[in-house]
Amino acid sequence: MISLANPTRFLGLVDKVLPWLSALVVILLGTGLYLSFFVAPPDYQQGETVRIMFIHVPAAWLAMFGYTVIAIAALGTLIWRHPLADVAAKTAAPIGATFTFVALVTGSLWGKPMWGTYWVWDARLTSMLVLFLLYLGLIALWQSIDELGRAGRAAAILALVGAINIPIIKFSVDWWNTLHQPASVFRTGGPTIDPALLTPLFVMAAGFTALFVLLHLMAMRAEILRRRVRALQQTQVERAALAEA
Amino acid sequence: MQTPFKLSLSAQDIACERGGRTLFRNLDFAVEPGQALLVSGPNGAGKTSLLRQLAGLLPLAGGRLVTDGADADTPIAELSHYVGHLNAAKTAFTVRENLAFWADFLAEGQGDPADHLAGALAAFGLGELGRLPAGLLSAGQKRKLALSRLFAAPRPLWLLDEPSVSLDVASVKKLDGAMRDHLKAGGIAVVSTHVPLETKFTHTLDLGLERAA
Amino acid sequence: MNAALALLARDVKLAWREGGAVGVALGFYLVVIVITPLGLGPDLNLLGRIAPGILWVGLLLAGLLSAGRIFDNDYEDGTLDVLAAGPLPLSVVAGVKCLAHWLATGIPLVLIAPLLALLLNLPMGSVPSLMLAMLAGTPAVSFLAGIGASLTLGLRRSGLLLALLVVPLYVPVLIFGVSAVTPYVTGPNSLWPPFLILCALSLASMVLAPLASAAAIRNALR
Repeated sequence: MISLANPTRFLGLVDKVLPWLSALVVILLGTGLYLSFFVAPPDYQQGETVRIMFIHVPAAWLAMFGYTVIAIAALGTLIWRHPLADVAAKTAAPIGATFTFVALVTGSLWGKPMWGTYWVWDARLTSMLVLFLLYLGLIALWQSIDELGRAGRAAAILALVGAINIPIIKFSVDWWNTLHQPASVFRTGGPTIDPALLTPLFVMAAGFTALFVLLHLMAMRAEILRRRVRALQQTQVERAALAEA
Repeated sequence: MQTPFKLSLSAQDIACERGGRTLFRNLDFAVEPGQALLVSGPNGAGKTSLLRQLAGLLPLAGGRLVTDGADADTPIAELSHYVGHLNAAKTAFTVRENLAFWADFLAEGQGDPADHLAGALAAFGLGELGRLPAGLLSAGQKRKLALSRLFAAPRPLWLLDEPSVSLDVASVKKLDGAMRDHLKAGGIAVVSTHVPLETKFTHTLDLGLERAA
Repeated sequence: MNAALALLARDVKLAWREGGAVGVALGFYLVVIVITPLGLGPDLNLLGRIAPGILWVGLLLAGLLSAGRIFDNDYEDGTLDVLAAGPLPLSVVAGVKCLAHWLATGIPLVLIAPLLALLLNLPMGSVPSLMLAMLAGTPAVSFLAGIGASLTLGLRRSGLLLALLVVPLYVPVLIFGVSAVTPYVTGPNSLWPPFLILCALSLASMVLAPLASAAAIRNALR
């Protein structure tokens, strides 16, 4: 772990890992999509639309995973003041937000044939929507503060506040949903999932996770390099100021 | 007028960073009771940052600050008065209300707040303006209001950032007198100023030189 | 203790004196409640049914609108620097200031809510539970707003950003706040579970939110 603390070592490691990881993503997603669209049988109730689940469920899972990454990195920023922690959190936010958005879109596409409308205030979709708002807030906070250190710490505080609140929000949305709608109508997958559907789901979940890690590493590399450029520009300004004086 | 202070403060090898830039490093100084330190240097050298570090508002990027003669548990912030560029005065409050709040808030458990309030109103001659809203005061009077806070609670360390800005000659004299009394009582002061003060500074620290070195 | 009381008294006094901050929040609440029927149509049955939700949403918005000033004015004029060097831990300073916001703004908003409920045809029997739920829930509104206010100190467009940061955190308060009133309107459910959860939300935010606010203020002062 200590060797990873050094951004230069980290960049070297990323360069070594990326080709392998890219290959893994291609293989997993290729297999997963093939299984989802050609091998898995259509559901006896939902028909072909069940295949949307193979995108929707992993995306929803990674939406939560992304926030977890940010919350852990936030601890790294506030407690251990690790230079890479803020880079990790900042770059995970747009990726996590995108997966949340994908989960929302696929959820609503699935809802059209199932419920007859694109949006239903279903408990899970609503929780996802609130999670999306939390992501937007984090990204906006990062962009509103110019100084990197201050922005990172503020976002870390907000991320931890959000992490404490997510279970409470989830609980309250579930309560609200059962209060207003009979729960049985909105069971998504049904109580049992056929094993034939389970395998493609797991492969897709693994593929999405690998994709997340790949995108995250690439984004972290870009962010580290961006910060170096900024630091170089700053020293240039300072040298110019010293030369004038 | 005050109980004698016996606080000494030393900085050991301290460093300061702002927005990824190192403003200064390897800074050392020691101030004994009754002594005063003048901080000078060009704009951007870190005078304000150093004072904010001493006031506990800006974390040190290295080194440490050591106090002697006070409770080891008491943070330096609670031993010091920080008067920065901003006056921390509420325009909707009267002069008296402003100072009364600081006496109540800052001097908790340090004697009768009413005495402190009377001292603070008298220190820079703001007594007769006491009933006026602070929003009506001139820039110089607002500055005097900020400096009067030094008397709203007895604290041994004064951290003054350009205290004489917008003050007239007579008021600068009052400031000098206040500093002299404070040092005589064993207090210490760390001051950054462009205007020469009569106060005899026992130490000087030129952040511009530190930086060039 | 004296220092905390002095700070509380000062903040409440300032809220009433500085540019009529409380009046603006009350006026904003009134405006939200007035434009809603204009948008929905004057159907009194419909309005009566959705009144608890509208009253709560309006209260949250009015609370947010006034939340910026919990810390912003003191940040702008340097007061926060001095408060941070006082005898109180910064989290206590933050908590006391949020409490002052609740006393000076939250409670007046709750007090005019029954008046606004008349405009929306909320059944009279629901008014006591509405006020009780609002009294129990508004501390959470003030303390959570304090987190947003401290994170956005000194930023451009801080008001809009504050709303974006805090509104998702208000979801539980809104849901249980409305649930505590709706049983009277829709059916036999008990008022107490949502009311007790509201109390728990408020107590938890009073304990935890000042810690986050204090960390955010420290971050803004450096």
